[in-house]
Amino acid sequence: MADQTFPIGGTLDLTPPRIAKKTFLEWLLEWATTVDHKRLGLLYIVLAIVFLLVGGAEAILIRIQLAFPNNHFLAPDTFNRLFTMHGTTMVFLMGMPLVFGFANYIVPLQIGARDMAFPRLNALSFWLTAFGGLMLYYSFIGGSGLYGVGNAPDVTWWAYAPLTSRAFSPGHGVDYWALSLIITGIGTLGGAINIIATVISMRCKGMTLLRMPLFAWLMLVVSGLLLITITPLTAAQVMLTIDRYLGGHFFDTQAGGSAVVWMHFFWIFGHPEVYVLVFPAFAIANEVIPVFSRKPIFGYPAMVAASVGIAFISLGVWAHHMFTVGMTSVDNAFFVLSTELVGVPTGIKIFNWLATMWGGKIRFKTPMLFLTGFLFQFLIAGLTGIILSIAPFDWQLHNSYFVIAHFHYMLVGAIVFAVFGGLYYWYPKVTGRMMSEKLGKWHFWLMLIGFHVTFDTMHFVGLMGMPRSIYTYEADRGWAHLNMIISIGGFVQAIAVLIFAYNLFWSYYKGKEAGNDPWDAWTLEWSTASPPPVYNFAVEPEVRSRRPLWDIKHPEDPDWSYE
Amino acid sequence: MSATSLVPNQGGAAETWTLPSRGRIAMYSLIIGESAIFTIFVVAYIFYIGKSLYGPTPRQVLEIPVIATICLLSSSFTIWLSERALERNKIKAFGAFWALTLVLGVIFLVYTGIEWQDLIYHKGLTISTNLFGTTFYSLVGLHATHVVFGLIGLTTVLIFTLLGKVREEHSERIQVLALYWHFVDAVWVVVFTVVYILGR
Repeated sequence: MADQTFPIGGTLDLTPPRIAKKTFLEWLLEWATTVDHKRLGLLYIVLAIVFLLVGGAEAILIRIQLAFPNNHFLAPDTFNRLFTMHGTTMVFLMGMPLVFGFANYIVPLQIGARDMAFPRLNALSFWLTAFGGLMLYYSFIGGSGLYGVGNAPDVTWWAYAPLTSRAFSPGHGVDYWALSLIITGIGTLGGAINIIATVISMRCKGMTLLRMPLFAWLMLVVSGLLLITITPLTAAQVMLTIDRYLGGHFFDTQAGGSAVVWMHFFWIFGHPEVYVLVFPAFAIANEVIPVFSRKPIFGYPAMVAASVGIAFISLGVWAHHMFTVGMTSVDNAFFVLSTELVGVPTGIKIFNWLATMWGGKIRFKTPMLFLTGFLFQFLIAGLTGIILSIAPFDWQLHNSYFVIAHFHYMLVGAIVFAVFGGLYYWYPKVTGRMMSEKLGKWHFWLMLIGFHVTFDTMHFVGLMGMPRSIYTYEADRGWAHLNMIISIGGFVQAIAVLIFAYNLFWSYYKGKEAGNDPWDAWTLEWSTASPPPVYNFAVEPEVRSRRPLWDIKHPEDPDWSYE
Repeated sequence: MSATSLVPNQGGAAETWTLPSRGRIAMYSLIIGESAIFTIFVVAYIFYIGKSLYGPTPRQVLEIPVIATICLLSSSFTIWLSERALERNKIKAFGAFWALTLVLGVIFLVYTGIEWQDLIYHKGLTISTNLFGTTFYSLVGLHATHVVFGLIGLTTVLIFTLLGKVREEHSERIQVLALYWHFVDAVWVVVFTVVYILGR
């Protein structure tokens, strides 16, 4: 381990470890009972990747069904279950675990801490999330329950009342859905509290809030946002469960309850949730773009302010999901304007990333390729978002494939691309080996082509009037060719993701040795070994600027003379 | 193994590097999250005031729980007295005030139990009777659940106190738990106002 590339002396304890061969059961017990932030981070990421593959498989089945008009590849009720499970899986079991996976692994390393603030709470949060996910999927076999009907939930991922009432959704599919989201929600709350306490109370000496890496800043903001975002969902799910099990009337219109109240409660969670999912993408961009442009991030304080601004504004935009419900024109105008306001801090971020790249000596390695893709796709996703925020336009296109295209541009084009970039970027730190560049380039280009074939085309079928969540369509509607193209693009993306999965395994055994700092980066996680030892840093680091490793490598021109 | 630090120690700020207590930060975060849950239930309650299609109405069945409210609110004062006693290393006074807090909390809970029994068996209001019943039992029940969790915490500390394990150095942990209890009290002010004054 004592190689020449160590930027810092004394971060490692070089006493040779006692090596004992472990049996499989010992290994399993170690992972199941671990409270180490790096292992829990990996468990979160593995969980997310498994559910990415599951949710992706569901998407492929949906696309096969929609590829031809009048198709009967799937039964109609199966189709409803699949798009419900696809949405729920991707948001709660893929997107959220990724937030916590990255935060868990990277944040303590970046702020020079030895672990999260509450390691056991951390383990509890992970297992709640994992078992919540298992419970949701158990509904496929356990959903029939007392009534002898039903299966997995088939009420869409936003589950509007009164479809979720016992009269219209017998069986236990909806109960599994509600309970598993309550359970993963408690896990999420625990994780968010842990990250906040870690970032605020565990920073190493000299790391003031304005010297903290932007990745850690974003994770702090997203955790703060989660505190007030995931809890309204938990509250609404408790109400739904009371309605279904105890005969309550919260969303029962026949007893004076209101279905619109559910919509409000759900989107009070649901819209900030989108920002919860996109913040890790911002966080990764803030690390990868400067390192591969060989320039410090442009406008650090503005980036922090924009992140806090986005989080704040995102709390007041939820009813733009409800323009077609029939709100007053004052309400509509408020939510149009507040939604468009999000464009301001988001624009600041995009300009800052571009300004970071401007004049930089850009290295187009796989992580940077993905982040460049992220930047442009995120811009387009944002622009269609502003289009949809205009209420009269939304009245035309609400619940059409245009909306699907918009938010998949955000979720796949921005978030998934950035996450892939982040995985390529930190893989050498986690495993000690580089991921194959060749497979990485194949992955990137296939993903890019497949993505644009699918989701660019989707805008057009949406404009032609194809509604979302429909089982099939008549041949004379003129959507058949475009749907075929969309499905083909879906398959190309699936191949790209499988190449990525193969690359993960291949590089673990055959990848090039990475060393401690393969990208010549600047934050503290690159100062320790790859993979990092259990204790992270043998000596608590001390920093004087935003780029501590730059200061070490360039003692003649340290950053602190400029900050 | 030389223990060189990351940058040469320049003295000054790094010597006095203190960060907020992680326990307090975590409890404040939990309180923010819990507040959001209560906000949703309170908003639902207020929105549904007077929307029940059939009785009984709040005015017919609800009585203002004066004694329970006085007990719960004064328990915030007694727990503050016990926090202060522990800071000054008066363990006996701490234990006494802590036990008093626990008793006041239990009185509140017992009173709620009696109220619910009266409502269910004599006045015919259950969670499924009407919209008022649904919102009433869920909001007051949510708060009572928090009281139960608080009482479990208080009891745990009391047991440790009786075993002689609580010392001055535990002051901060005790204060973090007390923060939660203050929160439960503060929420009752909101619930009380909404349910027994605005909604009645």
